[in-house]
Order: sequence, then structure tokens, then C-alpha cells
Amino acid sequence: MTTTTLRAPAAPERTAPLRGPAAARARRKRILHWIAVHSVALAVALLFVLPFVFVFLTSVMSDSQAMSGELWPDSWNWSNYKTVFDTPGFLEWWRNSLLYAGLGTLLTVCSAIPVAYALAKFRFRGRRTAMLLVISTMMLPPQVIVIPMYLVWAQQLHLSGTLWPLIIPMAFGDAYSIFLLRQFLLTIPKEYIESAKVDGCGEFRTLVKIVVPMAKPGIAAIALFQFFYCWNDYFGPQIYAAQNPGAWTLSYGLESFKSAHSVNWNLTMAATLLVMAPVILVFFFAQKAFVEGVTLTGVKG
Amino acid sequence: MALSLSRSLSNPARRRLRTLGFLSPWLVGFSVFFAYPLIATVYFSFMHYNQIKEPTFVGLRNWTYVFDQMPLFGPALWNTLWLVVIMVAVRVVFGLSLGLLITKIKTGAGFFRTAFYLPYLAPPVAATVAFVFLLNPGTGPVNEMLGAIGISGPNWFNDPDTAKPSLVLLSLWGIGDLMVIFMAALLDVPKEQYEAAELDGAGAWARFRYVTWPSITPIVMFAVVTGVVQTMQYYTQALVAGKVASGVNIGPGSVIQPGYPEHSTLTVPQLVYSMGFQNFNTGAACVLSLVLFAIAMAVTTLLMRKRSGLLAAED
Repeated sequence: MTTTTLRAPAAPERTAPLRGPAAARARRKRILHWIAVHSVALAVALLFVLPFVFVFLTSVMSDSQAMSGELWPDSWNWSNYKTVFDTPGFLEWWRNSLLYAGLGTLLTVCSAIPVAYALAKFRFRGRRTAMLLVISTMMLPPQVIVIPMYLVWAQQLHLSGTLWPLIIPMAFGDAYSIFLLRQFLLTIPKEYIESAKVDGCGEFRTLVKIVVPMAKPGIAAIALFQFFYCWNDYFGPQIYAAQNPGAWTLSYGLESFKSAHSVNWNLTMAATLLVMAPVILVFFFAQKAFVEGVTLTGVKG
Repeated sequence: MALSLSRSLSNPARRRLRTLGFLSPWLVGFSVFFAYPLIATVYFSFMHYNQIKEPTFVGLRNWTYVFDQMPLFGPALWNTLWLVVIMVAVRVVFGLSLGLLITKIKTGAGFFRTAFYLPYLAPPVAATVAFVFLLNPGTGPVNEMLGAIGISGPNWFNDPDTAKPSLVLLSLWGIGDLMVIFMAALLDVPKEQYEAAELDGAGAWARFRYVTWPSITPIVMFAVVTGVVQTMQYYTQALVAGKVASGVNIGPGSVIQPGYPEHSTLTVPQLVYSMGFQNFNTGAACVLSLVLFAIAMAVTTLLMRKRSGLLAAED
């Protein structure tokens, strides 16, 4: 720390009643500052929200108007959404996305909990090395190991054309989830675990009865991140499901949807919004867990 | 059964068994889905293998091919490094500015936080398709709006000079995670230090330079390193932007030149995919993978050395 921490006296001018021209100037300055900060924020927020608005407005335009660059729809063609759902394969992609994301999340959570607990609370030789290895796995680009993995799944196990090569590995611990949950478990005081042991709980019962209920926010965070990872995954389905359209997910199918409807920007935008919708809906229900998860990765350590 | 067995063992042995039990999912996962494929990648990098005939040993031929003869390796490496440097720098500066802005906001903080964070959640494919539409020269609303105020907009994803900057723009739309990380770090700076600095007559810049910056450098460091590692893997957005912007009909199996326009959006991960799964040149693909791995590992080592908080609170 470079600055010495000085105890600042309680600022008297804040509490004392404001009087005189100097006080009026200070107040005017504060108001101007408020206006400046909020107008900058409003402008930036507008830029962040506008893409969603344009995507939505385009999604209800007619075929020809969607090509025009115009911003406001002449007529509201809600039937575009029905057309998207009627496109062959679209409902199947939904089902596949839900299967991949749902099962993937469940398996990740179940396998990450015991590993993260051991890494956070057990003392054993090599736990530092184990942590280093977890972090290295986290840092590894998926493209580095994809070729040998693909060869095993496709040539030995004959599972290409399905999503199983993506789902099965999640039963064996995802490094990112393990890391995140371990950071969370570090914040649980030892005393709770020790008193459970004194009461005669075994390690496993302590985990299930004491640690898991206390770690709910952390578990919620890794579940959400994993769900969105699977929902958004493009590379995985491209590797394993590309040859079989019946196994495509929404994220993978969307781009081919665009090429099949190469001029219909309105349908493409409707489909785009439908791919975004579940993520945004879940976010509004689980905002806190999200923000907590993101902060946990970066700040607490 | 397992319980009675562990009871009969001596205490340290029982503890070791218990630790192994808890770690077992990860131990299996690490060996099968990390260690094995990594070793196999090294093995295949010395083999000629087209995924049909048996692999044959060719020594360093794949390596010399990639570095000396592969026409797309140069552009792919250049694009990847360009994106790593520019995208990470721009994202960190913008993310920090947004974090500073959001911590100053009193009224409607919840609304602003949500507005800034939401785009981060948009699935990359959906966000990319949406941006290619928005920035479409001729038919997109952005150039239409620019035209209305008398600016003739660039060709964005359809011009080799602006395709990569357009990708940076897309990544700024998804800055939400960085903003939240910086926001949390900024809120952790002790308030008394600001008050003390103010009493000493420090202006806004001096307060940032001498109070804020020293206490958030570890987080900035963390953001830079993870940003570099993430951008090394940059794949989906670059690929989808190139494909959708090119406007060609791309069914599965059809091979298009990746990196539209003029290889300007081709990255090393894309090259791994197209070598391994379109050209069936397993050896070259594995060499490219290892180049990626070497760079990622170098960055990870840096991360460990700088101790950016990742391994802190170890005890």
C-alpha cells in the first residue's frame, strides 16, 4: 500500500446546514455532477440496449421491410415466430439444447461438490499441485485436446453424431466449476464443519447435511454458469453433432438457419431472439447468484 | 461395506482413502480428458494420419509444414495476436471505465447494472448473427442511422480492414462480466483513503492514480491474463461472423475458405478445426494445437508468478 491510511475527521460541512454563496456553489456543483454522470450512463445504457430493440423490431417486420434498414416495422407480423417454430428441426434443437444443458449442469454440480470440498477443506500432500492442475485445465483452450478426444469418441465408442461426447465428461468434474466452488467453500468457517464432526457426522454426512446447504449460493452460481456454457456452446456440437442435424443444438443450428433463410433477416432475428430468450429469462430470476459468481472468480481469492 | 473397511484401516491411511474418494471424479476426468489427449496430441504431431489409414511416423514433417509452408498459418497467427492485444486492451479500459461509472451512480443503479450486464449473457452465436445484421452495409439499421446524420458507414464485417475492429465492438457489447468484477474491486477500496486524499487536496485524477489504482492492480492483472487466455481460444464469433457476413449458403459438409473477408477473421483455433475436420490433416492440426497450448501455458505461468489472487487464501 502506497498511501498512508489517515483517519479522516467526520466531514463537518456535510452535516452542518448549508448557508451562504459558497454552500450554494457547492450544491450546484453536486447537482451538475449528478446530471453529468447520469446522462453519460444513460447514453451508454441506450447503446447497450439498442441492439436488442432492433433485433426485436426487425423480427416482426415483413420479409421485404427487414432488408430495407428501416427501424420501425410497418406492420407487426407476429406470425414470423410461428414460421420459425414450424421450420423443420427447430423444436428438435430446443430439445437437444435443453438435454445438453440440463444433464450437463446436473452432472457438473454432482461431481464438482465433493472435489471442491476436498480441495477447500482437506489437508493432504499435493493439494497445492492439485489446485495448480485444476487451474491449468481451466486455462487450456478446448482446441488443444479436441482431435484425440474426437478420435476416441468417433472411432472407438461410435458416439459421434450425438451429444453424449459432450455430456459424459461432465460427470468427471469441470475445472472451472471446481475452482469457483472451492473459492466459495473457503469462506465457510471451519467451526461449522468441526462441530458436525464432534456430533459424530462422517465426512460424507457433513458434506451433505452441513456444507451443501451453506454453499447453496455457490452451487447456484456454478449451475447457472454451466447451464449457460452448454446452452451457448458452439464448438462442441460442431465437432460431435455436425453430421447429424437431429442432434444439433439451438446455438449450432442458428447459423445454418440463417443460411437456409439467406434473405429473411426478419425470421433470422426472430430465431436469434428465441435463442437469447431462455438465458435472459433465467437471469431475471437468478440475478444475485450470477453477480456473486462473476465476482467470486475475479475478486475474492 | 466401504464404511467398515475404512474403519478397520489406520487413521492416516483412512484419511488418504477418503481424500482420494472425494477427488476421484476429478482424478478420472483429469487423466482421461486432459492428460491422455494432451499426450496423444504430441504423438499425432509426429504422425501422418488422415483418420482412415493407420498413422505413420513422419518425424518433424508436420512441424516444418506448419511453420514453413502452410499459407494460412501466418494470417491466422497474426489475427489471433492482433485480437489478443487489441481486444484485451480495449476491453480492460472500457470495462474499468464502466465499473467507475457504475460505482458513481446513485439513482437507478439497478437499471443501469442490468442494462450493461445483459448483453454478456447473449449466446455468442446469437450475438454475432445479430451484430452482422445490425452492421450489414446497405441493409442494416446502423449504417441507415449513420446515413441519416450524413455519415457514410463503413462496410464492417465485409471489409478486411474493419472486420476485426467489428469483432472488438461485438466483444465490448458483452463487457458485463468485466464490469461486475471491476465494480466489486472498486467498492472494496477503503472509503477513508478517498476522504484522506480529498483533505490533502487531491483532484479526481490524483485520487484515481494514488488511491484507486494501487488497490485494483491485482484485479486488472487478473482481467488481462484471463482475457489473453480467452482470446487465444477466440473461435465462435470469428467463424460465425465470417460465414454469415459472406452470405453464402453453407450447409454442413460444404467447405468454404475460412476467415471471410480475405482471411481477416481467421484465427488459430479455426485453423485447427479446418485442418483436423475438413482437410483431415491430423498431424498439422495437432501441431497447431500445440502452438496454441504453448502460448496458453506461457500465460498461465505468468499468472502463477504474478500471484494475481488466484491461489491466495491457500491456507
